[in-house]
Amino acid sequence: MSAVVAPIAVLIVDDEAPARARLRDVLADIATELPNEVVAEAENGVVALGVIAAHKVDVALVDIRMPTMDGVEFARHLSQLEEPPAVIFVTAYDAYAVQAFELSALDYLLKPVRSTRLLAALRKLPQRPPLSNAQLARLPQAARSHLACHERGRLLLIPVAAIIYLKADLKYVTVRTREREFLVDESLTHLEEEYRDQFVRLHRSVLVARDAIIGFARSGADDADAQWQAMLRDVAERLPVSRRQWPLVKSLVRRSGV
Amino acid sequence: MASIKQNAQSRPLPDFRNAGVVLRILLGVNLLALLAALVRSDGLLACLQDYVTMAAWLQPLLLFNLAALALLGGRLQGLAPWSARVLVVVLAATSAAMLSLLWAFLTFDEWSWQGLVRAALLAATAAACMLSYLTLRASALSPALIEARLQSLTARIRPHFLFNSLTAVISLIRLDPRRAETALEELADLFRALLRDPRQLVPIGDELALCRQYLDLEKLRLGERLQVEWSSDDLPADLLVPPLLLQPLLENAVYHGIEPVADGGTIRVALLRRADELHIDLANPTSVSHGEHARGNHMALDNIEERLALYYDLEARLDTGEVRLADGSREYRVHIVLPCGGRWR
Repeated sequence: MSAVVAPIAVLIVDDEAPARARLRDVLADIATELPNEVVAEAENGVVALGVIAAHKVDVALVDIRMPTMDGVEFARHLSQLEEPPAVIFVTAYDAYAVQAFELSALDYLLKPVRSTRLLAALRKLPQRPPLSNAQLARLPQAARSHLACHERGRLLLIPVAAIIYLKADLKYVTVRTREREFLVDESLTHLEEEYRDQFVRLHRSVLVARDAIIGFARSGADDADAQWQAMLRDVAERLPVSRRQWPLVKSLVRRSGV
Repeated sequence: MASIKQNAQSRPLPDFRNAGVVLRILLGVNLLALLAALVRSDGLLACLQDYVTMAAWLQPLLLFNLAALALLGGRLQGLAPWSARVLVVVLAATSAAMLSLLWAFLTFDEWSWQGLVRAALLAATAAACMLSYLTLRASALSPALIEARLQSLTARIRPHFLFNSLTAVISLIRLDPRRAETALEELADLFRALLRDPRQLVPIGDELALCRQYLDLEKLRLGERLQVEWSSDDLPADLLVPPLLLQPLLENAVYHGIEPVADGGTIRVALLRRADELHIDLANPTSVSHGEHARGNHMALDNIEERLALYYDLEARLDTGEVRLADGSREYRVHIVLPCGGRWR
């Protein structure tokens, strides 16, 4: 009687090939009970976000600890999408993460993954609302490796290591990399908190990557008006340093050996 | 088999050839002299002058005694505990008396029996104080306590590694059953090593074999991302080292240096024997700005440092540091120096 149900489209995200192979095997084993299809495999969060932009994915099985972009950051970027796939975290051993999953009633699987557990988790999917911000907030939060920029319906990822400076513009923040500028929906104050070790505030509306500063120059002929400006790697533009921030900026940059 | 068990139990006297013991005696006796000067004089400046005069007399005596004890060391250990202790005190007393006699001759001073006896008594008291301090210290580090401490310090395999390896082995069972068998055997060896008596020193050949098996398992998970360069020169395979000395360091290097990087990297291990010391160098690439990683790293390193102190007191060293290479990348380096003069044999 029932119409043919389309198989569940699964994306496997794990940096270790054997772990991906194992999940594929287990999914194949339970395919008779619950039709499913592995749409793609990805070795980190960045690759996975690319897959999701190109394919329809119902559920992502996501490892927590991965290089480039870990599972938790991936889920945070995912939750910004309009119709995000469901996320099931898979982890080998991570006491903090497991505790957080329990607290926020998230579904998670422990490695080695058992077919019965995976089947149960996949069956529960239809009743499950997408990840909420409240749930995500409980997960272990490290500084994100990438900032997300939504441009004409597309999600662009900006590696934080490539950012030269961040400038507050009305309700957005302009992100400057060597190649171009992006607009992101973030607050400069939060970014300053998150990247305390990597960025330093030059004045009220600008954060600059510490290792992007290559020197300082004095501007203004008049001594009274003279102001320090930071010279930056890869961009010709110079950024003014406020009188208030100058001692701090100078000491931080000196310490890092510029 | 060499073992740390012999250390505290069967030794009536401290090991006078151990740098830690020598340093403690030098500092201890000088501290006593400073205390004596403080009691004797009524001003701080006077006390300092007093101490300097005393020190000029004290240091040659101390050095002579330490040299004599180091030479006699082996023979003294064979005696009954009490006679050995009495001998040490008598040695200190006679050498002090002789020295004050010599001093009197050199400076054309008068000498008296009273002066000689006083010097001998002072030296005997100082020697007795140091002996009882070192004996107390040795019993504080009693075998039972050392064992408990070592048990709790001996590196535990990261659960993260265990479960990921098990997943890798399970995935191999259908694909490559033979490789899965080898992997399980390697895992078994690793756990056997973990369950071994931590006080027992092991031949370096065994420790290196264990490291290779461990890296083999990691290669299973990480594939080409993990590269290892070994270099070691003519090490005698029966050179003894504390068990699980190198493996936890490699595990650290993989966890912090290789796993967080998509393209992986190379871990370099070098073992060198220089005179009576074994030098172990380990380097792994490190990604910038990982505060959390640095902390995790230090727990494992502190652990090994404490174990080295329990095995070798001050004669082993462990240094770590981050180095910026010419191409701008960073490297985390661990350097360990162990004595390998066969102290425990």
